[in-house]
Amino acid sequence: MSQSVLYSKVKNWYLSNFEIFSKRLNGSKNFFNEIREKAVAKFTELDFPTRKNEEWKYTDITPILKYNFVPSALVSIPKLTLDEINKLLFKDFDFYLATIVNGVFVEELSNLENLPKGVIIGSLNKILKDRPELFDNYANDFLSIDNIFNALNNVYAYDGLVMIVEKNVIIDKPIQVLFINGNNESEVLSSPKNLIIAKENSQLSVIFNYRGFGDKKYFTNSTVNVSIDEGAILDYYKIQEENEDSYHIEKIDVIQSTKSVFNQFNINFGGELVRNDINTKLNGEYIETHFYGLYLVQGKQHVDNHTLIDHAKPNCLSNELYKGILDDNSHGVFNGKIFVRPGAQKTNAYQQNKAVLLSSGAKLDTKPQLEIFADDVKCTHGAAVGHLDESAEFYIRSRGVPEELAKSILIRAFANDVVEMMKIGELKEQINHKIFEHLHRIEFKNN
Amino acid sequence: MLIIKNLHAVVEGKEILRGINLEVKPGEIHAIMGPNGSGKSTLANVLAGNKGYEVTEGEIWFEGKNLLDMEPDERAKEGVFLAFQYPVEIPGVSNATFLKTAINEKRKYLNLPELSPKEFLDMMKEKAKILGMDESLISRSVNVGFSGGEKKRNEIFQLLMLEPKLAILDETDSGLDIDALKIVANGVNVFHKDDNAVIVVTHYQRLLNYIVPDFVHVLYKGKIVKSGGKELALELEEKGYDWVTSNELETQSI
Ligand SMILES: Nc1ncnc2c1ncn2[C@@H]1O[C@H](COP(=O)(O)OP(=O)(O)OP(=O)(O)O)[C@@H](O)[C@H]1O
Ligand SMILES: [Mg+2]
Repeated sequence: MSQSVLYSKVKNWYLSNFEIFSKRLNGSKNFFNEIREKAVAKFTELDFPTRKNEEWKYTDITPILKYNFVPSALVSIPKLTLDEINKLLFKDFDFYLATIVNGVFVEELSNLENLPKGVIIGSLNKILKDRPELFDNYANDFLSIDNIFNALNNVYAYDGLVMIVEKNVIIDKPIQVLFINGNNESEVLSSPKNLIIAKENSQLSVIFNYRGFGDKKYFTNSTVNVSIDEGAILDYYKIQEENEDSYHIEKIDVIQSTKSVFNQFNINFGGELVRNDINTKLNGEYIETHFYGLYLVQGKQHVDNHTLIDHAKPNCLSNELYKGILDDNSHGVFNGKIFVRPGAQKTNAYQQNKAVLLSSGAKLDTKPQLEIFADDVKCTHGAAVGHLDESAEFYIRSRGVPEELAKSILIRAFANDVVEMMKIGELKEQINHKIFEHLHRIEFKNN
Repeated sequence: MLIIKNLHAVVEGKEILRGINLEVKPGEIHAIMGPNGSGKSTLANVLAGNKGYEVTEGEIWFEGKNLLDMEPDERAKEGVFLAFQYPVEIPGVSNATFLKTAINEKRKYLNLPELSPKEFLDMMKEKAKILGMDESLISRSVNVGFSGGEKKRNEIFQLLMLEPKLAILDETDSGLDIDALKIVANGVNVFHKDDNAVIVVTHYQRLLNYIVPDFVHVLYKGKIVKSGGKELALELEEKGYDWVTSNELETQSI
């Protein structure tokens, strides 16, 4: 089958499923209908990208299109117990918990009791029905669709997580959002649509924890829209550890207002083919944005991180640090765009992208993209791809430490520049532990 | 304890060690001297198991076991320790974590329980004190930003923490001021007992005033060309290497 035939066949598959899907919705009218209508129009109009598309130059999405993924709304949702999900959580610190299974909020597996006043966290579908007025000022922000996966997410959007934090509210504990994707019955498409609104001077910390379920192939196609209003602070940890043969595509779209702070961590362990788009628009002055990325891949995993920091106004600071660890025949892609728009004077923008290749089959394609239209700016970027330091490895081994452990010590040290920036001590430790686990699984496989 | 027989080793295609024979018994201190490039560090690296050096001929026996069959970490756990001529910097790994890992790996190997955090801490404090080491160095990344002297001191600190059977000190005295030299030498003497042994690689008699060797060997072009007692070091200091190397030429021409 030629690529174009395959691509249009897949499009028809998703469009014909949409008819079944919209019948099931029974014509319930809300904000979503408007989104879906626009999304269907966009989805029809756009094409799946080939590698000729500059944005997808190093990522071939054909593997994803070889499966007829069934939208999760058309199949049953796996029943999980609290015990089962407990194993998937980051633990040993206090947190609120929201669980989303195949894109649907599950009340019984969540713990959102005693949230501070002025905080709404829960099912997007339900909150939209009950209190549509909450979204009035944000509707436009949440309708931007600029690629076909984004459109597909919105075509099937019917639930996900919403968080709204009122002015001046500081949430006392992090909110852990556990996304469980996959189904034992069929190959599913999970389409969570998530919104975070941090109003003026509010502060919150969220951990988006992505895990897989069952042994069938699945496709997570997610979107997160974020608004960080004036003076608000958002710490955002994305930790992706989906099944190793799954597909994961997510777009995180952020708008920041004056004096807001956004600390974003993008940590990837899982997935066979992963694409993250993380975009933030610095739409005010004196904004701070920190992007920290870490990925550890092996086998034939492919992880593509695209980031965009859009300096639209003067006097802002952005700092980006991505670190990759690639083994076997894995493939990484890093594309970091920094825009400094005309008039965005006194911008400080820093970007660094580093990777270690643990085998000769591993590969990283990287492309910094700086487009600067203001003259009074400080902007630096750097990239370094290398191997583990052999003399350091010998030094460690000469003290009695076995080879695999010596390597993993060096790798954890390499990753530490990112991990140490996390503000939740227990989370740091558990991420370090995951790095260790993933590294040693490599060894296990080789033997 | 250590028996080296007819050891030949090659680096990047070039033969550096050309038939070394050496025996070290428990309780002994051996000094190895010799001009730059004669192969002293090569010998030290071969003993520690650096894969950059290929052994092409000969044998090394350590406590009755074939050292050449062992990985570098096994050698360490069996009791071989190399204080590096150029200690390596490891950003992001603290001295404390590094040593704790090393000690516990060795204890695991010897079927001993792990050290408790308190035992480990007490031990670190005790050993750091012997070397007059600033405790802040212990929490810092291994050798990163250490001065030349601090790096050398840190090697001896590791020696005291790991308590090997055989310590090979590769120019531990270079880069040390006279006070530091005394402190470091004292550290080595604290370590040295009847049941362990030390090989000191040095260019200077000065160190041997403090770490008194039982034997002195001169390494020249990959061979031990002369061995003697501690007075040999004094003689070398006085007469230079020409004195022994010309002997070597004579023996070769026979
Ligand atoms: N990794 C290497 N690659 C290439 N050549 C090497 C390497 N290591 C050692 N050599 C060579 O082997 C020879 C012996 O070096 P070695 O470091 O053992 O000498 P040394 O006796 O320790 O000298 P010094 O007193 O200067 O420390 C030198 O000619 C050196 O250039
Ligand atoms: Mg040397």
